[in-house]
Amino acid sequence: MTERRPFAITLDVGSSLANLTGTWRTERPVYVHRLPPCSAACPAGEDIQGWLYHAEEGDYESAWRAIMERNPLPAIMGRACFHPCESACNRVQVDEAVGVNAVERFLGDLGLERGWRIEPGPDTGRRVAVVGSGPGGLSAAYHLRRRGHAVVVFEAQADLGGMMRYGIPAYRLPRDVVDAEVARLAEMGVRFEVNHWVDDVNALLAQGFDAVVVAVGAQRGRDPGIPAGDAARILDAVGVLRSLEEGDPPSLGRRVIVYGGGDTAMDAARTATRLGATETVVVYRRTRDVMPAHDEEVLDAEAEGVQMRWLSTISRSDEGRAVIEIMTLDDEGRAVGTGQFEEMEADTVVLALGQEADLSLLDSAAQVHVSDGVVHCDEHQRTGDPRIIVVGDASANGADSRTLTRAIGQGRLGADAIDALFEGREAQVDSPRAPASFDRLNTWYYSDAERTVRPRLEVARRRDTFSEVVGGLSVDDALFEARRCMSCGNCFECDNCFGVCPDNAVIKLGAGEGYAFNYDYCKGCGICVAECPCGAIDLVPEPR
Amino acid sequence: MQAQLEGSQAVARAVALCRPDVVCAYPISPQTHIIEALGALVKSGQLDAEFVNADSEFSALSVTIGASAVGARAYTATASQGLLFMMEAVYNAAGLGLPIVLTLANRAIGAPINIWNDHSDAMSVRDSGWVQLFAETNQDAIDLHILAVALAEELSVPVMVNVDGFILTHSIERVDLPSADEVDSLVPPYLPRQSLDPLDPVSIGAMVGPEAFTEVRYLAQVRLQRALDVIPRLGEHHLEVLGRSSGHLVQGYHLDDAEVVVVAMGSVLGTIKDVVDDLRANGEKMGVLSITCFRPFPAEAVRRALERATRVVVIEKAFSIGYGGILSTDIALALRGRSTPIHEVIAGLGGRPVWADSLRETFLAALEGTLVETTFLDLDHSLVDGELARVAQRRRSGPAAENVLRDLEMSRRDS
Amino acid sequence: MSTERTPVRFYQVGSFAVGNRLVELERRSAQSDPTRANSLTSGHRACAGCGEALGARYALDAAMRASDHQLVAVNATGCLEVFSTPYPETSWRLPWLHSLFGNAAAVATGVAAGLRATGRGHVRVVAQGGDGGTADIGLGPLSGMFERNDDVLYICYDNEAYMNTGVQRSGTTPGAARTATTEAVGEHPGNRFGQGKDLPRLAMAHEIPYVATATVADLFDLESKVERAMEISGSRYLHILVPCPLGWGSVSSDTIRLARLAHQTGLFPVFEARDGDVSAVTPIRHPEPVESYLRLQKRFAHLFTREGEVADRATVARIQAQASRNITRYGLLGRDDD
Ligand SMILES: Cc1cc2nc3c(=O)[nH]c(=O)nc-3n(C[C@H](O)[C@H](O)[C@H](O)COP(=O)(O)OP(=O)(O)OC[C@H]3O[C@@H](n4cnc5c(N)ncnc54)[C@H](O)[C@@H]3O)c2cc1C
Ligand SMILES: Cc1ncc(C[n+]2csc(CCOP(=O)(O)OP(=O)(O)O)c2C)c(N)n1
Ligand code: SF4
Ligand code: SF4
Ligand SMILES: [Mg+2]
Repeated sequence: MTERRPFAITLDVGSSLANLTGTWRTERPVYVHRLPPCSAACPAGEDIQGWLYHAEEGDYESAWRAIMERNPLPAIMGRACFHPCESACNRVQVDEAVGVNAVERFLGDLGLERGWRIEPGPDTGRRVAVVGSGPGGLSAAYHLRRRGHAVVVFEAQADLGGMMRYGIPAYRLPRDVVDAEVARLAEMGVRFEVNHWVDDVNALLAQGFDAVVVAVGAQRGRDPGIPAGDAARILDAVGVLRSLEEGDPPSLGRRVIVYGGGDTAMDAARTATRLGATETVVVYRRTRDVMPAHDEEVLDAEAEGVQMRWLSTISRSDEGRAVIEIMTLDDEGRAVGTGQFEEMEADTVVLALGQEADLSLLDSAAQVHVSDGVVHCDEHQRTGDPRIIVVGDASANGADSRTLTRAIGQGRLGADAIDALFEGREAQVDSPRAPASFDRLNTWYYSDAERTVRPRLEVARRRDTFSEVVGGLSVDDALFEARRCMSCGNCFECDNCFGVCPDNAVIKLGAGEGYAFNYDYCKGCGICVAECPCGAIDLVPEPR
Repeated sequence: MQAQLEGSQAVARAVALCRPDVVCAYPISPQTHIIEALGALVKSGQLDAEFVNADSEFSALSVTIGASAVGARAYTATASQGLLFMMEAVYNAAGLGLPIVLTLANRAIGAPINIWNDHSDAMSVRDSGWVQLFAETNQDAIDLHILAVALAEELSVPVMVNVDGFILTHSIERVDLPSADEVDSLVPPYLPRQSLDPLDPVSIGAMVGPEAFTEVRYLAQVRLQRALDVIPRLGEHHLEVLGRSSGHLVQGYHLDDAEVVVVAMGSVLGTIKDVVDDLRANGEKMGVLSITCFRPFPAEAVRRALERATRVVVIEKAFSIGYGGILSTDIALALRGRSTPIHEVIAGLGGRPVWADSLRETFLAALEGTLVETTFLDLDHSLVDGELARVAQRRRSGPAAENVLRDLEMSRRDS
Repeated sequence: MSTERTPVRFYQVGSFAVGNRLVELERRSAQSDPTRANSLTSGHRACAGCGEALGARYALDAAMRASDHQLVAVNATGCLEVFSTPYPETSWRLPWLHSLFGNAAAVATGVAAGLRATGRGHVRVVAQGGDGGTADIGLGPLSGMFERNDDVLYICYDNEAYMNTGVQRSGTTPGAARTATTEAVGEHPGNRFGQGKDLPRLAMAHEIPYVATATVADLFDLESKVERAMEISGSRYLHILVPCPLGWGSVSSDTIRLARLAHQTGLFPVFEARDGDVSAVTPIRHPEPVESYLRLQKRFAHLFTREGEVADRATVARIQAQASRNITRYGLLGRDDD
């Protein structure tokens, strides 16, 4: 047939493949994996976009396992984490943040429901002691077990979980959830010794532990030393919450003042309401906008009838009353007294002004440096003695923001530092990734979808119960919410590059495999870069 | 089947017998009767073909280009202005090597607009790469169309059958219309050289640059030249099947002893042969050479046919303004190296009758050796002289055509 | 009555992106298919970022899918033809014919007639050309094809000038745009504001069964229109806006962005019409003022200062008025479409 075809005027199809237009190129596209702001903001270092990717497909187990790479307590964190990821989420600039936390809880709960497990690593013969069973200690224990090291957790209290059990109220974090996630760690072979107060780390090392993780948290409420009459009833918030957990709720009376502006203050106030107070007032030195408590907590407290009193300090407390000084803000935004005083009725004053750590167990460790009530450590949570690691509230790293999430992240770093010590390798650092900033996104492509709201318990039913206030997402909603993720900086296989290339120079590698450029034909026009919704392609100068 | 038929009807029937798949045309005198007849045949179901009423000649030929490119047998017809309007497509069809058959009902080209017969239209596309055949009679027209289809498809070239407008297209003559079986045996089913086919895709119509354009043209030349072998062969086939044949490149008439040979194309040959017959009866050694295939030009056949001629008179119905006769130029080229005098006689422009008397006069002059090199047969010298004088006088002498018409009117009134 | 989209269930990118791994295979675009036809394959000589090359592959691949690869394409002279088939190489992978600049519609009519006459009526025919080949030199044959309702889908790739010959003005060049024959000099720089030559509406005036507009910025919309067109027999017309980096003086990576802005500003209404009446409109999703579109193109540079401020307010206002007229005429903001 071919010979019959007229010369030159009639051509065989597809023959232009012989013409390699790639030689025209001055710039070339390359696929990149940038760091999404959510992950950058997550103190636990979760690959949020990564696990949402699986959740988007309804592959929840893979999603759960991806979370478990970094965070052993998703059901807990899906409830109690303050989700800085959401504040950082790029989607805020489109409509509203992706409900990362809600999806995490959904996955965490599903993990418990389905009994998904993580296998411990093969036995290494190394033994590590963990002091404290708060999130920091549990995270370290988990990651150490995954590497095959034997772990014993020593906990002074009768029950496990640290602040997750004795601090955060049950209406925010039901205890069965804590029990279940802790139980999973026990199944991995983590040994727990409760009612065991450790008073000397060196003693543990001497007992044959190869390393110690100090995760003692900060248990003592800070006392500002308010002048008080003999009959004045002044309690500390952590103490109130702990005794509640221990089944011995204190009587607070009808009128309760909570002093402080953090989340603990909100928890104390909301707990007071649940314990029968009819008038709960939070007294705070400064103003609402600089208050450290998270907005969501404040709003919930207000919804439950807690009143707020800004620009006020308690200068004295007596039986049934407290004296308040009105404050004002100076030029630098500091609260200063005005000399004007008011009286308030108060049966109890609950102090919620922060916690301090009891670090006496480190007294004998000469190379461990303690100051301002916290332990100094490097970015791998190593103290001056490389066998002694400190994580969580007791650590000086990031001490201005004490959260579960931070403790979990540090627990992983500390575990890795210990493993590195055992293995004689460098401790790992997450390789630096350029940020997936909003301006790199082409948000046109995301269809409009507002955030799914988690169901909430009716206010009327909250006042007298410790039932969980915030509900979980249904399967449909969780899927929907996961699919709101824009996959910032990381390919999510939308096929845009594959489609928009005028030169067919993008090769589709198949589901989950992404794409590759065919530089034989890519002319470097950059359309793929411009049209990649998530900014996962960079245009770089053509190498000479 | 013998029948009294108008030329256009005869052509239409012949085309229909060739079983075209697609017929597409745009009306222009004197082609109209042909396509009207074909349209009627299709509409009445007598001819199973697609009939497309085009929006212009450019579209008409383009439609046949498309049809032909998918391996359909495609036909169109036009004349004069219509041919010029489709000019771009004329070259394109040839360049793409598409075996389209086109009837050109020869007509003058304006301005001044003129619907009558001459060969200016055909001459305007002589370099386009089409085969150009000229019918002398309506029987010829029938047979040449049948031959054209087979020729086009065998060589994958377009073929134009020239039929003198009105003179042939509108004259009713007794003709023999071959039977369907006869035509089927003369025109085998179309086996396209190339076809747009989803099962075997190709790209047709590439852009070709200097690196291969000369070769493309050279190959086109070689291909078109092959018609010079194929036409006589097909002619022999016609002879076998029909007992007659128009399939020749040229046809001699009394060339054995002729000294003065008249060369011409188309229907004018009838009158020429009558006059030559008369002169021969008077003992004049005259002959006639009719050119059936004008493109490709059968130079060799012409050279052989005119071997004995001592003088050649070319009667032609077109000329190249600014130079002269077109056919005579080709004849002169064919006789390169010989000293045979060649006279060009431009006749029958825009439908001007070619009178036997005028021809006789011209031939006698040729026989006497007094014929000038170029003659505009029956030119009204007084008319052109008047206009020329006027032009010489005034710069803005107005449109020549109108002036001449006015003069003509005056002289008519005077007489 | 807007064109259908992936419905309420949120699938991350819905149908805005080329693919969507979250929807069922059959609802994904032809372009997302790794085995897509690639009717126009790599190695063609279009400029980097050419919208026409993109539009042609989008449209023809969709047509190939819709016709089960039983398709023949006819191409007018122009960039698309020149960059795809310079001897000795062709980038086409389907049967393709180029005849002339102004006759694509007629040739396609012939192709369709020829196929029908030879018993291959199931093979579908697409004709394609640039705005010059369609709106100007080829308008007669196109109109003839429409009027006869020949069974051809004609696709015009509108880049708003004669690009192949070096960016000269065409009948669809917008007012004020600089071209090589409407230079940005003199009292009224750029193209004069004529009455415009609205090809889709001209097509609608023929009351052919299907007329639609599309841009290379909205693949799903474009493909669904090709598909719909392929379901219908008779004359169908698809007018696709294809930005041209060379002729528009835009950055090669802005091709799709510009097409999107053309729609979002209202300058290029995206709609469908059946039997001569508008039947569906693709509403504007994120309205934009015309400046955002004009500013990205050097052909409109004379309307702005070096710093990007509007220099010629009157002209920009005039262009904005054109956009607003489209918005009202077609109900592009999604109101009162019926
Ligand atoms: C009321 C309240 C509410 C909070 N709400 C939230 C919240 O919603 N979200 C959030 O992210 N963060 C919240 N936080 C902060 C968060 O709880 C802490 O940052 C986090 O628990 C710190 O973890 P950790 O592992 O360092 O210590 P902890 O959780 O404090 O655990 C330390 C454990 O070590 C044990 N221990 C201490 N010393 C010894 C010893 N010598 N021997 C043996 N055991 C010992 C303690 O008994 C305790 O169980 C809240 C804190 C409080 C007080
Ligand atoms: C009859 C004819 N006139 C002019 C040209 C020159 N010509 C070739 S392509 C072209 C412009 C094509 O413009 P358009 O149809 O808009 O297609 P584009 O190149 O912009 O895609 C012109 C003027 C030609 N090839 N044929
Ligand atoms: S959209 Fe997704 S990847 Fe981007 S910041 Fe939000 S959760 Fe992270
Ligand atoms: S000039 Fe324009 S239409 Fe032509 S190839 Fe370049 S970008 Fe494409
Ligand atoms: Mg154009």
